[in-house]
Amino acid sequence: MIERGHHDMGGLPAGKVRRTEHAYDDWELRVDAMMMLLIGVVGGNKRMTVDELRKNVEALPPADYDKMGYYDRWVISLTHTMIQRGVITTDELARKLAEVENRGQSPISSGK
Amino acid sequence: MKSGSDPDFLFSPGDRVRVRKAAPLGHVRTPFYIRGYAGVVERVCGAFPNPEELAQQRDGLPAQPLYRVRFLQKEVWPGYRGNPADALELEVFQHWLEEQ
Amino acid sequence: MKDLGTYRPLDYFQLMEVSLRELLVEKGVVTEDAIAAAMAAMRARGPERGAAMAARAWLDPAYKARMLADGSQAAEELGFEVPGLRLIVMENTPRTHNVIVCTLCSCYPRMLLGLPPEWYKSKPYRSRVVREPRKVLAEFGLKVSPKVAIRVHDSNADMRYMVLPMRPAGTGGWSEERLAGLVTRDCLIGVAVPKIPKTPQTRKS
Repeated sequence: MIERGHHDMGGLPAGKVRRTEHAYDDWELRVDAMMMLLIGVVGGNKRMTVDELRKNVEALPPADYDKMGYYDRWVISLTHTMIQRGVITTDELARKLAEVENRGQSPISSGK
Repeated sequence: MKSGSDPDFLFSPGDRVRVRKAAPLGHVRTPFYIRGYAGVVERVCGAFPNPEELAQQRDGLPAQPLYRVRFLQKEVWPGYRGNPADALELEVFQHWLEEQ
Repeated sequence: MKDLGTYRPLDYFQLMEVSLRELLVEKGVVTEDAIAAAMAAMRARGPERGAAMAARAWLDPAYKARMLADGSQAAEELGFEVPGLRLIVMENTPRTHNVIVCTLCSCYPRMLLGLPPEWYKSKPYRSRVVREPRKVLAEFGLKVSPKVAIRVHDSNADMRYMVLPMRPAGTGGWSEERLAGLVTRDCLIGVAVPKIPKTPQTRKS
């Protein structure tokens, strides 16, 4: 498990391909957009590389990796990377998470 | 391709090469399943910053030559059934290749 | 602050998204407008862009030659901007069928074709298509003759791939647009081949 990353799955046994399609939610597209901006593919304000995103996805515990959705992995990885890069701090994140969660009790906006 | 220094390209299309069998820590773009296997250089892709370094907040320079290598399925998977010419093609950085 | 939708109910990951985004905006690292613009640009990308390239290649041998030499440039030639994309187009022939995967994550020519389908990123596809491509393709309803060699392309580093399918027989005289209509996303990944719809086409080209 340490020798071979959990993500590195080429050739391993697995079940049938389930041909699932998925209409991306707005929040998933926002994660995607943030990634594109932060790696500087668009927007010109590069703060990280796509390899850092991958490294932090690969660092997820295997059981979580399997359970999480694709953009679940990405948002966790992006956030880790921004902490590692010093763009945000752990304490800022802790406070922001609490603030947003509390705000969630009374929505600040109603529509889409 | 766009690096400051010009790396030495050790291999050319048609060369037989072997992927190093190694299992380091860190972020690596050489899939586990192809390590240790031999194939033929299909094309030279250019030189790119080393992703193993880029993943660790370094610049990945000098850029590493990157090759596309073709492997025969029957040589990679024991008991592979299909056309004998069935192939796998992967990109392998030069530092993961050795002369065969 | 811009209205980006209701914040309830948020699961853990959505909560993380909102929090990360607000922190990045407060720090001036990104703007809501830039995020919205990147989202709109991604929504505009789609398989029809690759289909247009395939149809053009079927009709114009010189374009096809340029496309096989440099996929990204061939995309730009048709007006599709593909920043950062290094596209290699793999041509299906009567002797070779190509199929694309990324076993390590989910690399895909997203700057041209948009975001990949869910199954492309799934464990079964990533694990199995490199080892038993014929079986996996059969699960997609595509039986590849044993006489045809299959090449599986693992997009494991800096290149991205698209398949140029074979033009189906019986499409002589078809317009570029009508031909493009035959090329689905799955054809461009290589898990399908273009088929003429069974119901007779009323629209003449």
